[in-house]
Amino acid sequence: MNHPLNLLIGLAMGLNLVALGTSRVPTLIRVAAVQGMILGIMPLVIEHEWRVTVLLVAAATVAMKGVVIPSLLRRAMRTANIDRDLDPLIGFLPSLLLGAAGMVGAVVLARRLPLLPEHHESLLVAGSLASVFTGLLLLIGRSKAISQVCGYLILENGIYLFGLLLIQSVPLMVEGGILLDLTVAVFVIGIIADRIQRAFDTLDTRKLTVLRE
Amino acid sequence: MKELLLIFVPLLAAGLAALWPYNRTRPWFLPAAALAHALLAFGLLLQPPAAPFHAWLGYDPLTRAMLPAVSLLFLCCAAYGVPYLRLRAERSNRVFVPAFLAALGLMSAAHMARHLGVLWIATEAVTLSSVPLLHFNNTPRAFEATWKYLLVGGTGIALSLLGSFCLGYASLHGGGTGDLTFTGLMAQGAGLSRPWVLIAWVLLLVGYGTKMGLAPMHTWKPDAYGEAPGIVGAMLAGGVTTVAFTAVLRVRAVVEAAGAGVVASRTLLVIGLFSTLVAALFLLSARDFKRMLAYSSVEHMGILSLGAALGGVGLWAAFFHVWNNSMTKGSLFLSAGNIRRAAGGRTIDEVSGMSVITPRSAALFVTGLFAVTACPPFGPFFSELLIVKSAFATAHGWAAGFFLACLLLAFFGLTRVVFAIVYGRPRQAARELDPRFRETLAVILPPVVLLLLSLWLGLATPDVLREAWTAAVQQLSPTP
Repeated sequence: MNHPLNLLIGLAMGLNLVALGTSRVPTLIRVAAVQGMILGIMPLVIEHEWRVTVLLVAAATVAMKGVVIPSLLRRAMRTANIDRDLDPLIGFLPSLLLGAAGMVGAVVLARRLPLLPEHHESLLVAGSLASVFTGLLLLIGRSKAISQVCGYLILENGIYLFGLLLIQSVPLMVEGGILLDLTVAVFVIGIIADRIQRAFDTLDTRKLTVLRE
Repeated sequence: MKELLLIFVPLLAAGLAALWPYNRTRPWFLPAAALAHALLAFGLLLQPPAAPFHAWLGYDPLTRAMLPAVSLLFLCCAAYGVPYLRLRAERSNRVFVPAFLAALGLMSAAHMARHLGVLWIATEAVTLSSVPLLHFNNTPRAFEATWKYLLVGGTGIALSLLGSFCLGYASLHGGGTGDLTFTGLMAQGAGLSRPWVLIAWVLLLVGYGTKMGLAPMHTWKPDAYGEAPGIVGAMLAGGVTTVAFTAVLRVRAVVEAAGAGVVASRTLLVIGLFSTLVAALFLLSARDFKRMLAYSSVEHMGILSLGAALGGVGLWAAFFHVWNNSMTKGSLFLSAGNIRRAAGGRTIDEVSGMSVITPRSAALFVTGLFAVTACPPFGPFFSELLIVKSAFATAHGWAAGFFLACLLLAFFGLTRVVFAIVYGRPRQAARELDPRFRETLAVILPPVVLLLLSLWLGLATPDVLREAWTAAVQQLSPTP
């Protein structure tokens, strides 16, 4: 029964590598969006009976992660007129290799952690750790604000994956609150990125160097 | 249910302020809501309500030991906010006032959160509500600071969510039924899966430690405190950090109940000492007096962490220090705001002779400096002395020595900057700039009150507070 779920997680992990390897910002946004949508439909695969609330959470996740946030980012990208993230702090090939190594590490680590019997066959923990690692790598390694926001989205996706382990036990209200908070966070980040673009006339965060010792 | 008003009164005031059409009168929402909040918080301090065992939000002993300090600080900041926003009449405060009030309501919620998920939601919401406060000045520097705050703070808070999930999984793995209230988790105790508890502890300490500003996760702090208006800096340094400290303490109690208390104490000790060291070294080279306050805040977070690591008397002293830190930092930030406004500069290269231009604020700033560097008879002296004593009593003599050395270095760093800007000849720029700034009673009284409170805490700590801190220590480490 874990098979379709593991397939989806595998897909999400593959998208991590695409995100690390690409230099084009539109591709990066699309990867984050597709990954968000894949994550959104996972609760439907996990839950055996589709209650209204589960459907609601899934629909909200797909709409937010897959449509609303990416379109916000695309708009910011167009106004800033950037297409490629040139000169990243960590090059594309090194970050790809690091990401692949991180993925292997995540799988090994997940095998060593004590899991509940029903999660033994699942890739959830491995996928989660790999996505968190990918997100951090993008946050540190990329220089454009939008790429960093995408990194943050992938980091969040990884945490969401881990949250699926607890889906049966976390009250829906809490889950809804978490989802709402994360969405607002990304909105706020998007707005600030827009202001930075206006104030500095660039979205290159390496130019943000006024404040230092 | 009176305690829930602590959350809803400020949020309601925030909503009303957002709808209020007049820019001139809107700031009055700040003191009005703050006064109601302070009366409620102190009423509950004197007559604590019974916290139901499994309630998600409650005014339990831990909340009681810390939230009134935040409320008091907010009241003084709110009183300062009215004249401050009048000086800044050129900027619309339609976002600032509601965001500031919302931050108070959400901070109350985070203090009162007794559920792992609710705690995270409230803390994240506090982070987000303070974003509009940080870039109120609307300069490129302010946006740069906000961006760093969002990215570093956002990553930290994301890691604490992952940590919360790990702790939840530890409970499930140990046969839990999905009860994620802290009391429920503590009751499960040794039943929690140990590897998952340890992973959760690391992630949650990094996550909430970022919010607190413990080194090495403190990098957002100097930028944010340097660019934010004085009242926001005071609120961040005295209020938001306290929220994060409460979160760390709540999680630590669970880790201790799970039988990993030694690991938790050791990490808190190391990270606390490291924070004081980093802060002391940066203070020695600081040139900007608002960024200097940020490093001083890192130092005091280190002190809190050290006190918490020692447990028992040390933890009691940490609660004491939370109050002292809120009061003294508040007074320093507000008087620094006055000086900054009158001087038109912020580094020791641009500013000097402020004792001539703003004699009252300069006097306050110097007195605040002595308070914050733990000179008797101010409150911080007594709380830090107690922490040092408890370090010796628990055979952590080397930690106490290291700690005292760092405090000495920090003292040198702080006095160097403060005396450089206060004494000497006033710069021409400051004489010509901003003739509107007058040291009126309205901008002097709030920092004076905060400083007097710090003095009062040191000279005559009220018995009700002593009792509240003792109760909080008992809540966190119940003796079997």
